[in-house]
Amino acid sequence: MNIVVCVKYVPDATADRQFESDNTVDRVGVDGLLSELDEYAVEQALQLKEKAGEGTETVVTALTIGPEKAVDAVRKALQMGADKAVHVSDEAIAGSDYVATSLVLAKAIEKIAADSGSPDVVMCGMASTDASGGVVPAMLAERLGLPQVTLASVVETQGDQVRVKRDGDTATEVIGGTMPLVLSVTDQSGEARYPSFKGIMAAKKKPLETWSLGDLGVDAGQVGLAAAWTTVEDTTARPPRTAGEIVKDEDGSGATALTEFLASKKFI
Amino acid sequence: MSEVLVLIDHVDGAVRKPTYELLTIAKRLGEPSAVFIGPAARAGGADGVTEKVKQYGAEKVYVVDDAQIKGYLVAPKAEVLQQIAAQALGNGGLAAILIPSSAEGKEIGARLAIKIESGLITDAVDVTADGVATQSVFAGNFTLTGKVTKGTPIITVKPNSAAPEESAGAGAVVEFAATISDAAKKAQIVASQPRQATGRPELTEAAIVVSGGRGTGGNFEPVEALADALGAAVGASRAAVDSGWMPHSFQVGQTGKTVSPQLYVANGISGAIQHRAGMQTSKTIVAVNKDEEAPIFELVDFGVVGDLHTVLPAATEQIVKRKG
Ligand SMILES: Cc1cc2nc3c(=O)[nH]c(=O)nc-3n(C[C@H](O)[C@H](O)[C@H](O)COP(=O)(O)OP(=O)(O)OC[C@H]3O[C@@H](n4cnc5c(N)ncnc54)[C@H](O)[C@@H]3O)c2cc1C
Ligand SMILES: Nc1ncnc2c1ncn2[C@@H]1O[C@H](COP(=O)(O)O)[C@@H](O)[C@H]1O
Repeated sequence: MNIVVCVKYVPDATADRQFESDNTVDRVGVDGLLSELDEYAVEQALQLKEKAGEGTETVVTALTIGPEKAVDAVRKALQMGADKAVHVSDEAIAGSDYVATSLVLAKAIEKIAADSGSPDVVMCGMASTDASGGVVPAMLAERLGLPQVTLASVVETQGDQVRVKRDGDTATEVIGGTMPLVLSVTDQSGEARYPSFKGIMAAKKKPLETWSLGDLGVDAGQVGLAAAWTTVEDTTARPPRTAGEIVKDEDGSGATALTEFLASKKFI
Repeated sequence: MSEVLVLIDHVDGAVRKPTYELLTIAKRLGEPSAVFIGPAARAGGADGVTEKVKQYGAEKVYVVDDAQIKGYLVAPKAEVLQQIAAQALGNGGLAAILIPSSAEGKEIGARLAIKIESGLITDAVDVTADGVATQSVFAGNFTLTGKVTKGTPIITVKPNSAAPEESAGAGAVVEFAATISDAAKKAQIVASQPRQATGRPELTEAAIVVSGGRGTGGNFEPVEALADALGAAVGASRAAVDSGWMPHSFQVGQTGKTVSPQLYVANGISGAIQHRAGMQTSKTIVAVNKDEEAPIFELVDFGVVGDLHTVLPAATEQIVKRKG
């Protein structure tokens, strides 16, 4: 079985995230890391491999698109246990929207397929923690002509059959599909493992390739800020909320003050 | 005037509120055409979908019987919209396609964007007459405005992004027979368990949300009682959900629901960035937390440093009394 897991390098959500003057996300000035939500995808990919067992050869390839430092994202995936990694990096990609990102991911997956066999599962996170659109997996499925089984909180497989559970907006559902498919998993799917010392050492010897747009046959004019199908006109920091009134509860005074406040704002 | 397609958000023909918000926004952009993908039997009649969306300005209602595609995921709906979009473009033009910003809505938009080579904006909280969409990003720390520059703008719009405005539309029904490819029928809903009604307002639509976190210690009774006294929805932090105290559908935050109510009351919640991401744009924020250093207090309009197990029941009692 072949599994490609798409992982994104994102600015740390707990840091002070910013935009550049051209309204693109600042991916250099702010510390980045493998998106926490994609760790769940790596975990589920590794669990699929482990479940397939020793007899079947399963290759998990971690794939990222991003600036130079984005290699950290696939390195971490290798440390967790992925077998191979691909980092697509090209100046021209900077500022790409979902459409261009999904194009480059699709082309990279096609190249991985040509080099080492078609993926049975393209695994994604539920959303990136920066853009948080949650749309790249669906776009990827559309481009690759594959079904999508998304937002899984529980993943089960039997042969080429995939069954997942998901908490929809109005119902809890069981979704089924047949490989090959695009699968995305939520942060309910199970804690991601930490890289072990052994894993960290082993990762250093695992294959890690860096591809440019040229390697993928993608024209630079198809990607990047200028080619985006959407444009950001303005980014404004939300004015910090002005600190409100804070009272200490003493012998029930807190409840009374709270009730007074709610009444003064006409919530009662 | 060009059409604006609005995908109706419904459960088995029961129209959900975001639909009316989308129709209200659609009127700014052009002539609203509602798209109903569902049981055809629910389209007509006094209580039918057509009658409902007409009241909010739908000039046209495309009715697509879902008998053939019910039970499949996303892909068939994207094909339906693609085909309706092509027809509308041929008729009098198509100004935009508005889709509810649910998980499914975003994925329909994603597939559609690739199919019709059009830009996609997700999670808009406002759209102006000239198609400028506002988004709230980085956990609500930034407001971003943007536009689609290629093709027909596809915009997914979050609940509560507009106050629904009634206005009579013609509601002309167009029965639309879509052709669905076999490839689109490859992911199936095998089983579905509708969410149990809580009797409380829908979390994402509620005017007031009362939430509880780890600080509840697993006892949500004080939170629920306060919510009921205020007519509010109940929410939870991930810590409360991970502990198994509340179902995931109650989770507020980055990986749960985003809410933007008039009033958000956080109880026993520290205010981590991922939680803020789901509630920071609430109009008024109140917190009860026994730790005065809790980061949630940086956000509040009003805060009580105290034990929620004593503060909430006492406040609830007073509120109930005041309401008489
Ligand atoms: C990728 C990712 C996604 C995430 N997504 C979400 C998300 O969608 N939503 C979300 O909420 N979190 C999310 N988190 C988790 C988030 O980082 C926090 O861990 C979580 O919000 C903490 O929940 P809490 O505030 O209830 O618990 P804690 O941080 O443990 O805070 C509990 C608070 O309760 C107070 N308290 C304790 N006892 C009492 C009492 N008796 N009375 C009053 N106050 C009391 C304490 O002082 C403390 O401030 C995510 C994390 C990651 C990494
Ligand atoms: N630049 C990227 N490189 C690799 N994978 C990505 C990239 N962007 C998005 N993805 C994948 O698509 C998922 C959803 O991303 P998004 O639609 O941006 O929220 C992520 O969780 C990743 O699995």
